[in-house]
Amino acid sequence: MARSALSIIAALVVAGAVIVPVAAVLWRGGGVAALSAADWAALRFTVWQAFWSAAISVVLAVPVARALARRAFVGRSALISIMGAPFILPVIVAILGLLAVFGGNGLVNLILGPLGVPRLDIYGAHGVILAHVFFNLPLAVRLILQGWLGIPSERFQVAASLGARLFWLLEWPMLKRIVPGAFAVIFVICLGSFAVALTLGGGPRATTVELAIYQAFKFDFDLSKAASLAVVQMVLGGVAGLIALGLARGDMMGAGLDRVVQRWDGSRLFDALWIGAAAAFLLLPLAAILVAGLPGLLDLPSSIWPATVRSVCVALAAVVLTIAIALPLATKAGEAASLLGISVSGLVLGTGLFLVLQPIVRPSDVALPVTLLVNVLMSLPFVLRILRPGIEGARADFGRLGQSLGLRGWALWRIVYLPRLRRPLGFAAGLTGALAMGDLGVITLFSRPGEGTLPLVMYQLMGAYQMEAAYGAALLLVALSLGLFWLFDKGGRVHADV
Amino acid sequence: MLTFEKAVFSQGSFALAVDLSVAAGKVTAVIGPSGAGKSTLLHGVAGFVPQSAGRLVWQGTAIEGFAPDKRPVSMLFQDNNLFPHLTVLQNVALALSPKLRPAADVVERVEDMLGQVGLSGLSGRKPSGLSGGQQSRVALARALLMDRAVMLMDEPFSALGPALKDEMLDLSVSLATDRTVIMVTHDPSDAVRIADEVIGVAGGRAWPPVETATFMSSPPEGMRDYFRQSEV
Repeated sequence: MARSALSIIAALVVAGAVIVPVAAVLWRGGGVAALSAADWAALRFTVWQAFWSAAISVVLAVPVARALARRAFVGRSALISIMGAPFILPVIVAILGLLAVFGGNGLVNLILGPLGVPRLDIYGAHGVILAHVFFNLPLAVRLILQGWLGIPSERFQVAASLGARLFWLLEWPMLKRIVPGAFAVIFVICLGSFAVALTLGGGPRATTVELAIYQAFKFDFDLSKAASLAVVQMVLGGVAGLIALGLARGDMMGAGLDRVVQRWDGSRLFDALWIGAAAAFLLLPLAAILVAGLPGLLDLPSSIWPATVRSVCVALAAVVLTIAIALPLATKAGEAASLLGISVSGLVLGTGLFLVLQPIVRPSDVALPVTLLVNVLMSLPFVLRILRPGIEGARADFGRLGQSLGLRGWALWRIVYLPRLRRPLGFAAGLTGALAMGDLGVITLFSRPGEGTLPLVMYQLMGAYQMEAAYGAALLLVALSLGLFWLFDKGGRVHADV
Repeated sequence: MLTFEKAVFSQGSFALAVDLSVAAGKVTAVIGPSGAGKSTLLHGVAGFVPQSAGRLVWQGTAIEGFAPDKRPVSMLFQDNNLFPHLTVLQNVALALSPKLRPAADVVERVEDMLGQVGLSGLSGRKPSGLSGGQQSRVALARALLMDRAVMLMDEPFSALGPALKDEMLDLSVSLATDRTVIMVTHDPSDAVRIADEVIGVAGGRAWPPVETATFMSSPPEGMRDYFRQSEV
């Protein structure tokens, strides 16, 4: 059948796009003997910061999730929605927001400085961890909140009428089930995070493996070293990813978090403090971008506009390509194939593609296509996660009706599947677009000066201490990312007949 | 005549053996306890459930190897008969061609058929703007317009109230006069109302059709347990 042939082709393309660069990395990377003391230090730091980032995120998430689970208040569902936002927020924008709050001239130092509190310095290991907690605390809260809301309310009623200790009877078993998975997922995410280490880390005490790959490229021009480091990152990510896959439970997208469980315990005051602190931690950096960015819009250098056009083009192309590959791939086997991509980090893929392409073309000539390809591979697992239930549902509900009407091939997709998939398609397209728009990864390896994407230009503005312009660029970038997400997601909802 | 020659329909570990003939132009009901294989029989005829043995012959032609849309059957499903995102017109027009903007002659035939099922003037609506009974009429219109000799009904009206269900059954039979109708039901009164003959299905086998009154007064051996329960 045409459909299964297409599926096989799509699976082969995806697998090939991952395996070829990985093979190149392995070929060039050689053994671990090539690693220097500094490389080993980078490996140790990577694991260390990922451990603490995950641990702090999860530990702080437990009281916040519990407070959200048992308190109803105005803005609760908005706050929970906003906790989904860091996923599509451009990393570089969030970092600038954190700098505005926790940086040298940031809000915290401004308030605490006159009180005699020593100056807080965000650069270095603790800055990396702070940024990782900013991104992953909301994820941990949503995962754990799901666990809490998964406990049937009748159990709380029974426990209350028995006068039992709620924590040991109901909550501890749930946490034991959910928390290891949440920890593992966040640990893996932090292992592969590049942009945070690039901006806030560096130096002998705060360099991750990913950052070391970048430095091997940019400062040492040593491709063999970059490849060896890529092998290290791949093994690290692969092992941790497999463990996380075994531990992870629950749906990352978090449906149905609107319910409040009625409870008869706990302190309102403490719950309010936890929720307030989490909300402030999340919202202050974003508010800072808005406040500082508006005047900065006037200071934008003219180089920002071509970069914006490039970014929008890459994002739109990523949407089209990802959806086109995802539709025929939306099977169980396809989802497994797509996980190949996520088990390898973007920078590792970039290193491999650089090795493969370098003999053929000038890498800087293909900076945008490579960025596009890597973004497609990175988005694919999420997109398939989102689309598969919809496709399977449509097949179960209307497959036989379609067959009896003789609909097949393109007609079947046009008349049955695509209209049924509008909502998940819109959501998936929005996610892909926003992620590609804000991505600051392989582009740093490939791009020539003056030909960067918007996140890269913004990073360069920060590096040149043109902070006004950087805030303006951040506002522009976040508006475009969230705007793309909103546009596609909304497009999927309008006139969708369920 | 639709003949099952030692046919076996297999769905997972379940198998239904059928060896009988259904008379052309008549209304035949399929009755039996739930899980006995009534739907399997219907879906086997439609080509959705694989046939693992025997032959299925319609008017001298073996059709067991045909794809669902190449068989001389149209089907009314238990639910999800209509695409919620298409208008009534589009839903019914799919009977004639896989186009979302049907040609003028197609539109004319669709409107005519909608008139026959009592839905004049509603062709621009979507299913969500119709009542349950009206949705059933749209599905019936499409099944009739497909112009296939056999119409299969897998309890399509079971979600309707009793009066509305009877009305729909009567309408279906009156509009499908020249067709062979095979209808699954768990309610013997449906069979008494419209069926000429009844096929009993129980325990993985189907009994040859018997005239409805005879079937009701003396059900075949193996079906009696079902009736003893259902008549309490």
